[in-house]
Amino acid sequence: MEPLLEVQNLHVWYRVYGGYSKVLNGVNFLVNKGERVGLVGEAGCGKTTTMKTILRILPDQVSKIAQGKILFNGQDILQMNGNALQRIRSQGIAMIFQDPTAALNPVFTVGEQLSDVIRFSLRSIAQRKVEKKSIKQVAMQALKDVSMPDQERILGTYPIQLSGGMRQRVCISMAITTKRELLIADEPGTSLDVTIQDQILRLLHELVKQQNTSIILITHSLGVAREMTDRIYVMYAGTMVETAKADELFANPLHPYTLGLLASVPKLTGGGIAKGIPGRLPDYRNPPPGCRFSPRCPRAMPVCEFSPPPFFDVGYEHKVACYLFQESRND
Amino acid sequence: MRIGPFLLRRLLLSFFVLIGISVLIFVIARIVPGDPARMALGPRAPQEVVDRLRKEMYLDKSIPEQYFYWIKGVVQGDFGKSLYSKRDVSADIMEYLPATLELAFLSAIFMVIFAIILGVLAARYRDTWVDTVIRTMSYLGVAIPAFVVAVLFLLLFGYVWPILPVIGRYSAWIVPPSPVTGFAGLDSLFAGNFSAFWDSFKHLLLPAFALALGSIFQEARITRSAMVDNMNKDFLAAERGYGIPERVIMFKYLLKPSLIPTVSVMGLDIASLMGNAFLVELIFNWPGISRYGINAMLNKDLNAISAVIIIFGLIFVVVNIIVDLIVAYLDPRIRLSGARGS
Ligand SMILES: Nc1ncnc2c1ncn2[C@@H]1O[C@H](COP(=O)(O)OP(=O)(O)O)[C@@H](O)[C@H]1O
Ligand code: SF4
Ligand SMILES: [Mg+2]
Repeated sequence: MEPLLEVQNLHVWYRVYGGYSKVLNGVNFLVNKGERVGLVGEAGCGKTTTMKTILRILPDQVSKIAQGKILFNGQDILQMNGNALQRIRSQGIAMIFQDPTAALNPVFTVGEQLSDVIRFSLRSIAQRKVEKKSIKQVAMQALKDVSMPDQERILGTYPIQLSGGMRQRVCISMAITTKRELLIADEPGTSLDVTIQDQILRLLHELVKQQNTSIILITHSLGVAREMTDRIYVMYAGTMVETAKADELFANPLHPYTLGLLASVPKLTGGGIAKGIPGRLPDYRNPPPGCRFSPRCPRAMPVCEFSPPPFFDVGYEHKVACYLFQESRND
Repeated sequence: MRIGPFLLRRLLLSFFVLIGISVLIFVIARIVPGDPARMALGPRAPQEVVDRLRKEMYLDKSIPEQYFYWIKGVVQGDFGKSLYSKRDVSADIMEYLPATLELAFLSAIFMVIFAIILGVLAARYRDTWVDTVIRTMSYLGVAIPAFVVAVLFLLLFGYVWPILPVIGRYSAWIVPPSPVTGFAGLDSLFAGNFSAFWDSFKHLLLPAFALALGSIFQEARITRSAMVDNMNKDFLAAERGYGIPERVIMFKYLLKPSLIPTVSVMGLDIASLMGNAFLVELIFNWPGISRYGINAMLNKDLNAISAVIIIFGLIFVVVNIIVDLIVAYLDPRIRLSGARGS
């Protein structure tokens, strides 16, 4: 399989009062062409930050990309100039945001926002002006593709006039209106009730199948990740701690954090993740220098305190960032 | 766009506000000691003449009836006679109001243009010297009233660096066009007199700028902070992420939501321009209605005072409606409140 997106040793910090909040601490992960990748981890572990860094849409005044590479089709997004970046955004990667209410501009109509998304992606593809009418056609089609009825009317509405589920669909339509190579879905439907969340996920599933794009699906439901993705990454406090094929991960979970997650699965349906693991995420302003899970880890050893564990390959495309597996093949 | 009911509500409200103002003014004018008829005719007029005028002015009727007759006149533009100029107050108003409207209009234009440009610059170059200068100026703007700026301009452009006229509406060598509208610019244009147009425009610049300056910087600050607040919003990250170019993000998707607080404050500032114009008119010897109003107060010229206050109230109300419409245009959340989805 050919790699599409490779994130290498990514460190991202936020400027906070009195210093830096060192959120991402050497993120490594890989998405192959056509692959569906799940990303799981409790709220605040840096999933959204990682994805925003990939598109270079972090709030630039308060954030700092301290180190790392983000290779998309072999080219480093972090080194790109305006035009190349523009091409990545309009044709390469699109993101569906976590909170559809916050992701839609409250003072523009759905049609206005959707049309601009279409206009600027088309223009860079064909370097030609697309007529108003055909843009509208594409916009209506995009709404149809996300099963929105009455597209003509929806184009003229403002976000506040729509229900949460409809806003989520509008957000998805913006991301899929022109085909991208990679779709990032950040906890789609989490803010909605369970039935609607279900509909949204099924819709996404269909779209990804139809368009044959790669997808990164962020979710805090391990069940959803298992059902909808080929491979899963488990993230904790700014690093990927484990990755494997979905089935392999469930059959043979290795990292103590993943074990904790799975142990708490029955409690997951209602509330947040990791209720079963005592303790909280570390303070990013002053994180533990070694394994960031060590303060909560039931199996922590002295070696865990010094430097963060790299990925250890345990075979079957299964990797674990934990010193317990240091003895296995390391490459 | 459900702008109809919104407008209707605002118009109704404004109507009651104006009725309120007129009642208040009328009652105050009648409570003030002294017989208006006697004051109009002077102490030496014979009693029967005064009585005849009292009857003409309905002063022998009850107060509500008096109000009715007075307001009937006001609606028709008849504010009675000025005790001081001995002319119809409406004639005085026709003469002085356009000069002030002209001044306020240009001030408002200055505010809109400069407040937005400076606000965008301060946001774009936040935490640099550009931002610092604008912030400092806005603090000064709060502390220094318009008339001090006017005096400074007068000194600067009257003596040190005389590139702009500082007195009146026209230069002495210009023959003013015959007043049709009363607006110097329009009248000059109607008369095809371009040198008069240019001359009157130059006369307008300094007073209008002095009047606008303090507000410009405060409004720029408001624009700046709204923009900086919105800059980190997810919707901008999303729009950027979908490949919309930076200039469209900045001047469309960021600017529009950020202008909402600016327009509200600007509306208040513009509505109070007329009242604030008084000292500026005095300093630049501008023959405007604010100066006329203050003189009327000093002379206890009740009809003139009532007229000026009613006209100021009317302008205040009209400007507010316009501002509300602009805000409603900018912010669908206001326009659509009541028609909210789930
Ligand atoms: N703009 C910001 N300024 C400072 N800290 C931030 C900012 N955005 C996110 N963070 C912090 O970064 C951490 C990771 O956040 P996020 O990436 O949103 O996590 P997730 O998506 O996994 O819930 C959190 O501790 C959050 O408080
Ligand atoms: S590296 Fe050490 S502390 Fe971290 S998860 Fe493994 S055993 Fe626990
Ligand atoms: Mg998130």
